[in-house]
Amino acid sequence: MSEKVLMKGNEAIAEAAIRSGCKLFFGYPITPQTEVSAYMSKRMPQVDGLYLQAESEVAAINMVYGAAATGARAMTSSSSPGISLKQEGLSYIAGADLPCVIINIVRGGPGLGGIQPAQSDYFQATKGGGHGDYNLVVLAPSTIQECVDLTYKAFDIADQYRVPVMIMGDGMLGQMMEPVSFPAHDDSVTFDKSWACNTTGMKRKKNIVNSLYINPDELENLVWERQKRYDLITEKETRAESFFCEDADIVLVAYGTIARVAMNAVKKARAMGIKAGLIRPITLWPFPEQEIANVAKTAKSFLSVEMSTGQMVYDVKLAVNGKCPVEFYGRTGGVVPVPQEILDKIVEMSKKL
Amino acid sequence: MAKVTFNENACKGCYLCVDVCPKKIIKKATDRLNVKGFNPVEVTEQDKCIGCAFCATMCPDVVITVEK
Amino acid sequence: MSIVFEKPHALSDVGFHYCPGCTHGIVHRLVAEVLDELKLEGEAVGIASVGCSVFSYNYFECDMVQAAHGRAPAVATGVKRANPDKVVFTYQGDGDLLAIGTAETIHAATRGENITVVFINNCIYGMTGGQMAPTSLVGQVTQTTPYGRKTETQGWPINGCELVSQLEGTALAQRVAVNNVKNIREAKAAIKKAFTYQTEKKGFTFVEVLSTCPTNWGLSPQESLKWMEENMMPQYPLGVYKDKGAKGDE
Repeated sequence: MSEKVLMKGNEAIAEAAIRSGCKLFFGYPITPQTEVSAYMSKRMPQVDGLYLQAESEVAAINMVYGAAATGARAMTSSSSPGISLKQEGLSYIAGADLPCVIINIVRGGPGLGGIQPAQSDYFQATKGGGHGDYNLVVLAPSTIQECVDLTYKAFDIADQYRVPVMIMGDGMLGQMMEPVSFPAHDDSVTFDKSWACNTTGMKRKKNIVNSLYINPDELENLVWERQKRYDLITEKETRAESFFCEDADIVLVAYGTIARVAMNAVKKARAMGIKAGLIRPITLWPFPEQEIANVAKTAKSFLSVEMSTGQMVYDVKLAVNGKCPVEFYGRTGGVVPVPQEILDKIVEMSKKL
Repeated sequence: MAKVTFNENACKGCYLCVDVCPKKIIKKATDRLNVKGFNPVEVTEQDKCIGCAFCATMCPDVVITVEK
Repeated sequence: MSIVFEKPHALSDVGFHYCPGCTHGIVHRLVAEVLDELKLEGEAVGIASVGCSVFSYNYFECDMVQAAHGRAPAVATGVKRANPDKVVFTYQGDGDLLAIGTAETIHAATRGENITVVFINNCIYGMTGGQMAPTSLVGQVTQTTPYGRKTETQGWPINGCELVSQLEGTALAQRVAVNNVKNIREAKAAIKKAFTYQTEKKGFTFVEVLSTCPTNWGLSPQESLKWMEENMMPQYPLGVYKDKGAKGDE
């Protein structure tokens, strides 16, 4: 299926997961990601895979934990309130070094919030979310095609580094349709699964998948070992795109759907003679600190544009490291900013240059 | 002819085996402590053992091996 | 002379961390004996839960996965669905299974999940030092019911076997005890039946084992067995609550 088909983001992610070799999906309905489950329930039986509707998000993530512990590729999907419920499981998955993929199609919060698109789970996704010293790898697609490409990538990163990987989209990305193609998945790469609990067959010593270490020295060593893996991920897997940054005075930083709106505003600003540029983080963790730091050497100011009250802006500030001012523009609660309001902010900033 | 042997250092001194022995030949060894600091158990009249394995069945710590 | 009783192969050489007289060790041994007799050690994955039995991953020689508190049936579901022809069991205590993990237990049962749950009921939270469990008896004094469990505030104990036996997906629900040799043998037979049913894909199998907690009950191991007989058994009668394999119960 290399020809283009018109698909919803949620469905494209589901199809890409199946093509990545994920044969076990554990879901629980929640708007605006339910199409992932619906699609999986239809497709999985066709590919001899499993769709199972769990009794809760808590159970679903623990089913993923169990399936991943056997070395199988497994996935779950939810939206903000459901992802909050999955945090316990995510912490255990990280602590037990299990590879898996989690989809978060973010909606407005806090609490039950709303069902419209938001990016207000950035802190939760990128700073651990659950208890303990750990990180998720967080991938942020901005188009439906990228949903496909990053889903392929997510499973490989998860298996290569034995880490949970989150694909973080928003309600708009999940719901909208775009033409998309599914490139052939590279199945030639194999990953070490000698740690998996898929029975000994009386041919090897038993494996234990566990996150409990009563001896503090032992736990500390394991946590630092994991941090070294995180350093390697940061070195090898950090991804971002930049546009018009070479001569930019004002550099916008935006991810996901909003990066596309921001791009529109940047082009309009350029047409007005304002030297604006855009950096689009593709990995939110690891954050493209170096890319931003490089541009900060020549840029005059930064603007973080988000569908939140300002969360990624802190990472932008850390990356810019005081070299120039960092401003913020955001809408929240499910409101998607239009290009004009971002442009107004760029114009306002240009007057201060 | 039956014989019970105790992995003495694994014994935690609960003495559930003492009560369950139909021949009442398992005794608390009051003359010594094991590595855990418990008085282990011992059989002084081995010839009376019938190899029923009640003691081993009741032992929570798999201390006892029974031969017959 | 030949050996008539020794440590089962499926049980590791690591000594149990359990308190003196705690009957967890007996139940561990019974599970391992069954794995040996049915030749399932190499075909099984065990799920350790949170509570006193958390370290059971050190004690069984098959592959072991440690689960979050209460989530063992969900984790077991994930393992089983990835490996439908392998044998999967959980080993859980009363707090894990009937408080925090009630939803996971009920839904694994109602799905007819082909797993075996070994449920240790000792009416108390052991690992954390003796707090009230969902199965604590009315009037039972614990660290968090110092005046005894009162129905006005803490309600009544939950009977696990009776509960899961109501669900169509349950193939076996049996309550046993490890207070004497006869009951220990029956407990082993029940565990063996549960694993056998699982290999026959009969559905969810649930064996509740009445067990002791001498330390947190404040009794000697001998007194604990008596306490179980006099206090627990009236509330938790031993017996088969559901058996899809029995004649007339299909």
